[in-house]
Amino acid sequence: MTVETGAPRQERDLRESHARGWRGVGWGFVAKLLMMALVNALGLSIIFAALNVEAWGILVASTALLIAADVIYFMRRTLPLKYIFPGLVFLLVFQVFVLGYTGYVAFTNYGTGHAGSMQQAVDAALIQDEQRVEDSPTYPLAVVDNGDEIGFAINADGEVSVGTETQPLEPVGGAVVDDAGTPVEVEGWEIVPRSALFTDQDLQNQVVALRVPVSDDAESGSIRTRDGSSGAIYNSTLEWDPDARTLTDTETGTVYEATDTGNFVAADGSSLPAGWVVTVGFDNFVDAVTDTALSGPLLKVTLWTFAFAILTVLTSFGLGLLFAIIYNDPRIRARRSLRTLFILPYAFPAFMSALLWRGMFNREFGIINDWFFFGADINWLGDPLLAKVVILWVNLWLSYPYWFLVCTGALQALPSETMEAARIDGAGRWRQFRSITLPLLMVSTAPLAIASFAFNFNNFTIIYMLTEGGPPFPGTSGLGSSDILISAIYSISGVDGGVANYGLASALSIVVFIVVGIISAIAFRQTRKLEEIQ
Amino acid sequence: MSAQNALAQRKAPTRRSRWWGELGWKYPVAAVIIFYSVFPLVYVLSAALSDSGTLSSGAALFSDISFANFAALGDTSYWSWVANTLIVGGASSFGAVIMGAAAAYAFSRFRFTGRRPGLTSLLIIQMFPQTVAFIAVFLLLTALGNVAPALGINSKIALICVYLGGALGANTFLMYGFFNSIPVEIDEAAKIDGATHSQIYWQLIMPLVTPILAVVGLLAFISAFGDFILARIVLVSEDQWTLAVGMYQWVSNQLTSNWGLFAAGAVIAAIPVLVLFLSLQRFIVGGLSSGSVKG
Repeated sequence: MTVETGAPRQERDLRESHARGWRGVGWGFVAKLLMMALVNALGLSIIFAALNVEAWGILVASTALLIAADVIYFMRRTLPLKYIFPGLVFLLVFQVFVLGYTGYVAFTNYGTGHAGSMQQAVDAALIQDEQRVEDSPTYPLAVVDNGDEIGFAINADGEVSVGTETQPLEPVGGAVVDDAGTPVEVEGWEIVPRSALFTDQDLQNQVVALRVPVSDDAESGSIRTRDGSSGAIYNSTLEWDPDARTLTDTETGTVYEATDTGNFVAADGSSLPAGWVVTVGFDNFVDAVTDTALSGPLLKVTLWTFAFAILTVLTSFGLGLLFAIIYNDPRIRARRSLRTLFILPYAFPAFMSALLWRGMFNREFGIINDWFFFGADINWLGDPLLAKVVILWVNLWLSYPYWFLVCTGALQALPSETMEAARIDGAGRWRQFRSITLPLLMVSTAPLAIASFAFNFNNFTIIYMLTEGGPPFPGTSGLGSSDILISAIYSISGVDGGVANYGLASALSIVVFIVVGIISAIAFRQTRKLEEIQ
Repeated sequence: MSAQNALAQRKAPTRRSRWWGELGWKYPVAAVIIFYSVFPLVYVLSAALSDSGTLSSGAALFSDISFANFAALGDTSYWSWVANTLIVGGASSFGAVIMGAAAAYAFSRFRFTGRRPGLTSLLIIQMFPQTVAFIAVFLLLTALGNVAPALGINSKIALICVYLGGALGANTFLMYGFFNSIPVEIDEAAKIDGATHSQIYWQLIMPLVTPILAVVGLLAFISAFGDFILARIVLVSEDQWTLAVGMYQWVSNQLTSNWGLFAAGAVIAAIPVLVLFLSLQRFIVGGLSSGSVKG
């Protein structure tokens, strides 16, 4: 990257930045050194941590970014990059990478039952299949807690060891045991009293589900407890053969073979619940169209998404424009106060408006039913059609002030000579509006309308806060009749709990990206922003 | 005389009806619009001041005035949500301003290889909303959390980073135009006088572009304040929530019994925003029409 600023070369060399040396006060140099020391310390700590947990992708990325930072800020010829780099880092990691990664996930089966590598799936299968090892000894056990996580302290023939889910058992010195052999004091850990186990259902479930590996090797089994006071070694009856890529059940003799679809499948067609991530090509996209449980609801959702975005823009633009024309009259008194009152909904944070209207439209207690419908029992948010009406109504309330402001501004910027000429030529009010005002107005507002369409196309907040996509469609899709694409993606993705299907959800995200991309391309041509750059 | 009288009588009603036809009807219509736009806000104020905390008691506006709901906010996590929102919004709007201004300055003042492709790709990248990629954000933060917990799920720093990732594309163009409107001669004069690059940037340019910095900062704050989907995915535990996530939880669980709390919380959170918005109206409208949209 070469700098071609107007300043001739010698002059630039004379006027070096004070961040490069001790000339002058020197503070710039010190500040820069401190900043770079901090950046390097942070970067190195991330690199070492990544090395530790074997996160190779993060390791490579953070190393590259750190080297780039050092090169850019200690080299002389990288001046523009010095300004752009900080923002660029965030843009690359949290926007560019994230967009690309969405594209990758869309072509995989990532989700519940398919997470991580094949090795991780094998470990998970071994864990899920665990049974108590016959004739294994039981150890006195205490549940311990260090504030972050719980673990087990066991007494194996006089030696007390502590471990957690992630940290295999390790002997600890100086622990105290009682007469029954149960550890009662472990350094660095707090013993959870047994009474707490009986009263706290959550904790009880956690303890019963907790498995503490005996060693780093998943095949050597793990300690589990049923009663919180004694533990035994549990082991899997499955055996992993990495060369043949098979898991064999040593009891039944069933052989589970690794398949291309990321599952272990036996000859009789049964499969293990744990799978791994594989690329599945266009399967997710095909599923969205052909899966009968899903394709119907998805089609309805897509149609409603377009209807919602288009209707919102049309109604709010129309209402805003109407009000702008009516109140763009200098003879009206208190115009400013009126304007302020009109735009109040726009200044009220949108997510709170949606929640507020949700309460007002409540079937039993909401004041809409109470006051305006004489206490009638109208199920606003539970009826497929009414829910959509409510959403449009609330979004109209939220957005018309924006268009009112925009149109008022645009109207005041209209050339008065043109209007006058039209009047003199005998054009009526309607004719003036249709042939002059509206076309001139559209020049400045059409790009905004397209942007507003793109925004509402992904307006998750209003849908989720008002109806959560409900009322649900019959069937198992989990989607509802007021869901738009992004809220449908949200419920399919399962990031909020439940069965996750990141692959399918990402595939739908890609579809949204394509739609938004097309809309933006149209907006591009409208605004000709590109020309502005050149 | 009588003819004149008759004329005056005829004239008076026509003038009045013309007044009604052209201007007068606008006042009753304005009253209707104001009712539509202000009624929900009056209602939430009344519910906040109501004695009872339930939705079912909203029979009459301002039937009782009590600050019980506001006091009850102290027993909830509300104030830590406010703090979280201020931290997240403040940090991400500060970062957005600093990074956006630096990038816009570089694009506006330097001529370097890759400048035009850089601007074009920024423009293209910012068209694709980050929120739609929330699954990848979630997976990325899960992976980062294994390396550095401060950058993982349930960390405010991670959420700020995500917002900053989306900041550059959207803000650079707003600022780029403004930077271009500052004459280059100012830079050149300063350079001849012996100012260094960083002196020109920090001491000359930044004070001149303060208005656009304020607008970008405000817009970034408002968008962080109103964001729900990313905040909901990133911030898991109740003490980390922002207002949007926390108040959604209040209304979605047992809507009827938490209503007073919601209303009181909404009033407290909205009044500063309302005041800020109305006092900065001019600037915000300018900012809106140059690209950023709310609805």
